[in-house]
Order: sequence, then C-alpha cells, then structure tokens
Amino acid sequence: MFVKDNMSTKDKLITCVIYTVAFSAISILLLITIFIFRKGAPLIFKIGIPNFIMNKTWAPLGSQYGIFSMIMGTIWITAGAMIIGIPLGVSCSIYLVEYAPLIIRKILKPIIELLAGIPSVVYGFIGVVMLAPFIRIHMGGPGLSVLAGSIILGIMILPTIVGISIDTLQAVPNSYREGALALGATKWQSIYKVVLPAARNGIIASIILGMGRAIGETMAVIMVTGNSANVPHSILDPVRTLTSNIALEMGYATGDHQQALFSTGIVLFIFIMIINTNHLLKIYFYYLLYLPLQFFVL
Amino acid sequence: MGRAGGIFPTIIGTIFIAVIAVLISTPLGVCTAIFLTEYAKEGIMTKIVRFGSECLAGIPSIIFGLFGFVLFVEYLHFGWSILSGSLTLSFMILPTIIRTTEEAIKAVPYSFREVSYSLGATKWQTIKKVVLPGALPGIVTGVILGIGRSVGETAAVIFTAGGSLNIPSSIFDSSRTMSVHFYILAREGISMNNAYGTAAILVISILLINFFAYWIMHKVTAKYS
Amino acid sequence: MNIKISANNLSAYFGKKNTLKNINLNVYCNEIMAIIGPAGSGKTTFLRSINRLNDLSNDFSYKGNLLLDGEDVYNIKPEILRRRVGMVFAMPRPLPRSIYENIVYGPKLAGTASKSDLNALVEKSLKSAFLWDEVKDRLNTSAMKLSGGQQQRLCIARTLALRPEVILLDEPCSGLDPISTAKIEEAMQILKKEYTFIIVTNNTKQAARVSDNVAFFLMGELIEYNSAQNIFTIPEDKRTDDYISGRFG
Repeated sequence: MFVKDNMSTKDKLITCVIYTVAFSAISILLLITIFIFRKGAPLIFKIGIPNFIMNKTWAPLGSQYGIFSMIMGTIWITAGAMIIGIPLGVSCSIYLVEYAPLIIRKILKPIIELLAGIPSVVYGFIGVVMLAPFIRIHMGGPGLSVLAGSIILGIMILPTIVGISIDTLQAVPNSYREGALALGATKWQSIYKVVLPAARNGIIASIILGMGRAIGETMAVIMVTGNSANVPHSILDPVRTLTSNIALEMGYATGDHQQALFSTGIVLFIFIMIINTNHLLKIYFYYLLYLPLQFFVL
Repeated sequence: MGRAGGIFPTIIGTIFIAVIAVLISTPLGVCTAIFLTEYAKEGIMTKIVRFGSECLAGIPSIIFGLFGFVLFVEYLHFGWSILSGSLTLSFMILPTIIRTTEEAIKAVPYSFREVSYSLGATKWQTIKKVVLPGALPGIVTGVILGIGRSVGETAAVIFTAGGSLNIPSSIFDSSRTMSVHFYILAREGISMNNAYGTAAILVISILLINFFAYWIMHKVTAKYS
Repeated sequence: MNIKISANNLSAYFGKKNTLKNINLNVYCNEIMAIIGPAGSGKTTFLRSINRLNDLSNDFSYKGNLLLDGEDVYNIKPEILRRRVGMVFAMPRPLPRSIYENIVYGPKLAGTASKSDLNALVEKSLKSAFLWDEVKDRLNTSAMKLSGGQQQRLCIARTLALRPEVILLDEPCSGLDPISTAKIEEAMQILKKEYTFIIVTNNTKQAARVSDNVAFFLMGELIEYNSAQNIFTIPEDKRTDDYISGRFG
C-alpha cells in the first residue's frame, strides 16, 4: 500500500544536497540571531533592561547607554512615513487598477517598481540637497528633521505598498465590481464597499511590509534627520533612529560602546521580527485604521 | 581622499563584491527553490524554509552589516575585505533569488516533467534537462536583481568591506563600493561635485541593471502566456 | 500467446478516492488492447500505473500487483521500467527543443552516445511514425513549429526511439484531424509486429477499427474484457451494450 522507493545512488546524493541547502535561509536567520544576541545581550543585562530602554541619555563617553530617544525617534519617523506613504500608496494603486487606462498602468507600474531599486543613499542625498533646505527656509528649524525623514521614507516605501496592493486589487474578480454596479452603486461606492474589503488582507500586508522597510532603513535616514540623540518635540526637530545610531558610531566604537550598538541592534531586530511574524498586527491595523476610516468617508 | 581623482577603484570594488555575492547566493537560492517546488511536499518542512526566507527578506541591511562584522570580520578573521562584504551581501540577496527562481520554476508546465519521466529520466535528470532550462530566464532575472541590490547597498557593506580606495588585488583586500564612496563624499561634505558625479554613475548603472532584469522577465512572461 | 502484462487485484487510490477497483486482466504480446469507458472511469489511471507515472502524485497509493513479463513493476527501477514501457499523451507534448533533440532525449539518457547510432535511430523512428519525409530537411528546427498531427507523430517516434516493449497511448488522437488519425492508426497496425500496444480511447469506433481485445471500464471497475469482435457485436453486459450504442457516456 505504499510506493517503493528505488532511486539511483546519484539521485539520492543530489536529494541529500538539496535537502541540506534548502535550510540555508533559516540557518542564516539563526546565525544572525545568535551572533547579534551573543554580542549585544551581555551589556543589556549589565545595565538592566529598564535602564537600557527607558533611559533618555545616550553618552558613550560617560558610559550612559539609554536608547529611549532612539526608540522614540524610530516611532516618530515610521509613523510619519506611514502617514505620508499609506494614502499615497493605496490611492495610487486604486487609481492604477480601477481608473487608469491600461497603457498608463503598464508604463507607471514598472516605473514605481524601479523606485525600489534606487539606492537609499541617493534618496538621502536628494533629501539633503533639496528637501532639507526647503524645510529650513519655509518652515524653520534646522531642516534636517523628523519631517524630512518622514517624507523621504514615505516615498521610499511606495514601491512596496503599491506593488503588492496592485496585485491584490487585480486579483479581486471583476464580477464583484459588476455585481455592485448592477445594484446601483456608483463607481466609488463599488470600490469602497466591495473591492477594498475584498483586497483588505493584501493591502494590510503591503502596509506592514512597508512599515518594516521604514523601520529598518538606515542610510537615507542618517542623511536627512540630523541625528541628535534627543526625544523630538515637534516634526521640525532633528532626531536619531535606532538604525542611524548603529551606523553612525559603528565606525569607531570599541568595547562597551560597540556592545551597546549591538544591543541597539537587538531591539531593532525584535521590532522587525514582531512585524515579520505577528499576524496580530493585521487585526490591530484593521480595527485602528480601517474601521474608523469607514465612519469618515460615509 | 576622494576630493581629487576618479572613482575607478570603487567601480572595480563594486563589481568584485556584487559578482562574488551572487556567485555564492545563486546556488543556495536555486537549490532552495528546487527543494520548495520539486522535492518537498507542502508541510512543516516547506513552512520552515519559507519562514526563513521571508524573515530574511524583512531584516534591515544594517542588521546584516552588524552580523557580517561580528561573524566574518571579527570571528572568522577575514578582516574588512571583499570576501566579508560579498558573503554578507550574498545572505542579504538570498531571499530575492529564492523567490524569483521559485516563480520561474512554477511557470514551467507540469506536462514537460511528465514527458521527461515517461522517457526514462530520473528526477534529477528531469530537473537538469527540462525544469532548469525552462526556468533559466527567470533565474537570470533574480540574479540581476540581486546584483542591483548589491550595487546599491551601503549599510551592509560599509562595516564589512571597509573603505580602502586602492584597487583590490585579492578577495582579502578591503575595498570601497560606489555606494559607500558616495555616502562618504556626501555625508562628510568632502566634495559635492564628485558626489553628484558618483551619484549619477550609480543611479544610471542601477537603472540599466533593473531595466535589463525587467526586459528578461518580460520575455519570459511573453513566452509562456 | 504469451502474457505481457497482467494485473492482479489492482486497486488505486488518490488520497481517499478509489479510482481503480480490483482490476484483473492480462495483455498479450503483440496485440493492440483498447480500453474504453466514459470519463472518470479509471482508464488513464490504469494506463499510468503500468509505467508508474501515477507515482508523481504525492497522494497516490495502490493495492494488488501489476506484472510485466511476470515481474512486479515496483521491483523494476522506474527509469528502466519507463524505457521498456513507453507512453504517448493525450495532447501532443513535444519538449521545447528541436525535432532531433526531442527524439534523442530518451536514448541519450539511456546511454546511447555515438553520433551515428543516434542519427540512425532518429531516421528509423521517424520513418516508423511516418514523419521522416515531412521533417527530414529540418531536424534542427523547433518541434513546437510542427502541426498538431505532426507533433503527435513526433511523440510516437520519440517513444519508439527507446525501443520499448509496450507502448501506452492515452487518447492519442483526441485532438487530431481524420487524416492524422488514419496515419497513426496505420502506423500502429504495422508496428504491432514488434510492440504491444495499449490504447485508451474515447472513440469506440477507433477501438473497433484498431484493436484485438477491448476492456470496458466503468467507475473504476472492469466491466467486460473480450475480443473486439465479441464486445462490439455480442456484448455480455448490458452496461457495455448501452455505452457502445451511445445510450450514456
């Protein structure tokens, strides 16, 4: 009642190799976890988790390692990027799928995807030479600020949001739209009441992926946010994120200081893993963003 | 450094690092994709492998940089070198190669496999002679996208490959990539003119690489639809 | 007459679904055996269990046994078995390479390396499948450029190139025009001196034209197995009669 297995020796060998190599990705993930934690965890325990996370002072010379301001910086910048990126990205994909003529979609979609390939240092450079002076002159403050970082990151996560949202919107069967229109809905009502709910999971997934990208982005953020290790009070204040804290000081840090940077890496790593794996976030997004929006629009 | 003179050494460094990175990660990625599509039944094993690949795709490049620094530069004593940089990058682009290869293999019609088996081919012969040739353009697309990502990457290379401006003579030499060079020029305000120039070369080469990848991908979709 | 293939209490399952139920039948050397029956009756499953192509499905399992020349097919390495038992599929399925490469695909894997042997093999197989005259000047063009009927004859030639003992045909003429069909049937009549054929067909007239013995399958069961003459003139089972005269199926 079972299929007998009589493979040749060569095939058996190759099967072994493929089964082994297939676990390279998960092994690399494990290696990363082990090495980052081995290097960074001792310092966190030495100064205590609450002290490390809640202390606002980052002064490596005085052996003060508190990353509270960096955590706040990351949250500010990411929230700003989402406020700019989500409406732009989702409305862009709705336009491209529901309203735009085929030819425009065929031209615009690859262009938006190409945005993903542009190096983050180039985005940062544009932020420095164009955006920051504009903010300094017209809105005040030093220019290099939460606002500049949010705008640049909002643009950088567009390809992630648009790429996946377009795919899910296109996957909604046309009969749904026809059904809604046949019942007397306007085009916008059919999109809002039928198409978007059907594509909800995909759009939320794209937003979460975009959020992961925003949290992890380093080079562009370093260049445009000013990097002062203080908790920001307005969107025009300079700010430092977890990622830029690592990248700024890795070049010269030694001893405890270097370990503190790996500890910062651990916090960042945990943030990212929560976002990568926790499907609870999807539900959270649904109740916090989608449901209130429904009240607004109708 | 970088105020005068050209960017030739950084171009050489970039090419070395990107090419070695894809040379390392392509076999790993292709084997993983073959495992996911041809060998494993959907189940706990494929879930683990997919989870690994998806998580790896979401990890920020700065974390790869830290990891590469502690594992290759410090622990394995490769120092700041082309080898450390390309190993780190190869891990970073692995998910891209896995995903594109998987898509490409899935696009090869199932009937070709049946025909091959019916003519007395073993599983590996079928994969080697029918599946992989059919998926080749897709795999090449993934590799090119991987090169594109390597060329544009800064955070993962700056702490693993170092910043030497000399033309590297072996894989154990430190080397600066174009992106790193551009970052240093722009951030430290060494020379804005040179920064603009480097940025132009960088963006143009990445656009060309991506256009090339899309062009091949377009040819593949045209072939099977 | 010598028994070539014999199925003993053969049952096949895909997951929980039982597609073949206790099949017992013998196929003799150098005959053309036809399997008829409505869709979903297990004809193709039976055909594919002879060369173990069902093994490619993860959820396939079987009971009973199937003997080729008295030897259980599950004791033969699948590669060797499939060289001895060739198969032609319902739709023409050339591999995306040249005509020449399509035909030498199997022999090369089986170890034929000499260029002249391969050339001779290609010519002989194409001639046997009545395709040589049409393609001899363009052996290196893509097989995808041939017409449907030519592609199907190429698939037969490709199978012949392995010099199998048994050839399985799974509705080989379902998508073809009458002329191509006639050519394939003619080829079978000539080739049956050297090979044993098992043909699954939806076309009862074709079964009557070409076959020596006919098996009628229904819902995974073998209802009747007899000489073609008997099946089509004096069927023993009422259901066979109904199917042949077109009352269902």
